[in-house]
Amino acid sequence: MDVAVIGASMTQFGQRDAWIRELIAEAGEACLADAAVAPDEVDHLYVSNMASGEFEGQGGIMNALAHDLGLMPAYSERVDQTSSSGGAGIYEAWQSIASGASEMTLLVGGEKMTHRTTAEATDVIASITHPVEYKHGVTLPSFAGMTARHYLERFDAPRDSLAKVAAKNHANGVDNPHAQFQKEVDVETILDSPIVADPLRLYDFCPITDGSAALMFCPVDVAEEYTDDYAVVSGIGGATDTHVVHERDDPTVMGGVVESGKQAYEMAGIGPDDVDVAELHDMFTILEFLQMEGLDFADHGEAWKDVEAGRTERDGELPINTSGGLKSKGHPLGASGVAQGYEIYKQVIADAGPRQVEADTALACNVGGFGNCVITTIMEASQ
Amino acid sequence: MTFDAHICQNGHVTYPGHTLCPECHEPQTDTVDLADRTGEVVTWTTSTATPPGVRAPNTIAIVEFDVSDATDGGDDSVRAIGQVTEDDDVETGDAVEPVYAEELRDPEAGIKEPASQGWDGYRFRPVQ
Repeated sequence: MDVAVIGASMTQFGQRDAWIRELIAEAGEACLADAAVAPDEVDHLYVSNMASGEFEGQGGIMNALAHDLGLMPAYSERVDQTSSSGGAGIYEAWQSIASGASEMTLLVGGEKMTHRTTAEATDVIASITHPVEYKHGVTLPSFAGMTARHYLERFDAPRDSLAKVAAKNHANGVDNPHAQFQKEVDVETILDSPIVADPLRLYDFCPITDGSAALMFCPVDVAEEYTDDYAVVSGIGGATDTHVVHERDDPTVMGGVVESGKQAYEMAGIGPDDVDVAELHDMFTILEFLQMEGLDFADHGEAWKDVEAGRTERDGELPINTSGGLKSKGHPLGASGVAQGYEIYKQVIADAGPRQVEADTALACNVGGFGNCVITTIMEASQ
Repeated sequence: MTFDAHICQNGHVTYPGHTLCPECHEPQTDTVDLADRTGEVVTWTTSTATPPGVRAPNTIAIVEFDVSDATDGGDDSVRAIGQVTEDDDVETGDAVEPVYAEELRDPEAGIKEPASQGWDGYRFRPVQ
C-alpha cells in the first residue's frame, strides 16, 4: 500500500521552558490541525525520543501524549534509535500504514535537553558507546574529530571545506523561523571558534536543543479525502553498522548510510541523480561529507569538492539542508529525524516559503550514533 | 590485566570481543594480548568538552596492531581505541605502546552504573 504524508508541524527549536510532555503535545496538536485529522481518527501513535528518562525522569511519553491529545484507544509506542529515533519513527509509521495495520498514524518526535549542562548532555549521548569506548571518555564529538582528521589527511581536503558546510547551513537557517540559530556565520568565525575535538571547532557541531516535530501518515487513497497536496513516501530503508566505531574497515564509510540509501533508492526506483533536494544529518560538519558519499551524491573522498564548488547551496545543483540542518535548527535528538521529514515534505508539496527549491523528489538521511543506525527516506510530490 | 583482542576459528580478530564473530558468526575461542605490542596511530583527537569524570583535555587515538603472527593466516591487524598518556602528543602514523592505568575516568561521575563495566585499561604512549 502506498503511504502518504498529509500534514506536518514543528515547534520552535532552541532553549524552551516546556518539558518533554508539553513539547510533544505542542507538535502533536499542531500536526492534527495541519492535517485536519480529528484525534479519534488516529489509529497508531509513535513517539520518537532517545532519552526522556535520562534527561528528565519522565517515562511512558507515548501514553502521556495519547492522553493529552485524546487519542485513546490508539496503539501507541515510543521509538528509540538514539539520534535516528525520528527516522526510525518514520520507518515505523510507514510500516504501520503499508502493512494495513493503521489507516491514520501520527508520528511525533521530541527531546528536552537544555536543562542539563553540555557535559551532562554529552554524557547521556555518550552512554550509547561500548564500555571499552566509554571508559576512555569517548564522546560522539570525539568520533567526529578523529574521523574528520582521517578524512582531511587521507583525501587532502582543506579544513575550510568543513567550515563551508557550517556556513552554508547557517545561511539556510536564516530563513527557517523554527531554527535555534537564524543568523549567518562566516567561515572565518567558524575557523576561529574554540576547539572542541581537534581539528573540529565549536561551529562544526550542532547545539543542544529542545524541540518537537510531527508528521501525519495514511494510505494514498485516504490522503485524497483530506488534501490534493500530499507527499508520497516512495522509498525508505534502515540499516545498522557496528556498535564499536573503530571496528569498521574504513573510518570514512558509514555502512548504515550506504545500505539504507540503497534500500530507499531501490524501493523508489530512482537513483541519486533523481534527488532534487536532501536533508542530511549534519550533527557534525564531517557527517555531511560522509553522507553525500554514502548516498552516491559524490564519489568517495570527493564530497568536499562539491561543497567548495557551491553545488550543495540552496541555488546549487543539489541543495543540501535547506532547513538549515541540525547545525542551525538544533538537534533535539528524537525530533531531528522527524524535522528532516518536515522539511522534505514541505519541499515536495511546494510549501517551504523562502526556503523553497524546485523539488519533486526529496531525500532525508537520519544518522543515529556515529553512523550506528541510519534511516534514509525519500518523498515525492503527489502530482 | 591483559589487553585482549578476540579471535574466531577462521582467524578474524576484533577488539573488544563479541558473542559471535561479526565476520563469520563463529564463536571467538582464542585471544591475543595487545599489551606487549607496538601499534600505529590511525587517527586521533583532543577533546576539550569532556563529560563528567573525564580528564580535560582528553586526547584519544585509534591504534592499529599487527597480529598476523597470532591469526594463522587470518586477519593481519586489529584496531583499538584509548586515551593517550598524560602530557604526550601523537600524530597519525606514530608508534605507540599500551600503558596500564587503574582508572581511566571517575566511575561515580558519569551516567553509567559503576558496577556495569570495568574502568581500568590501557593508554597509548608514544614510543621514543
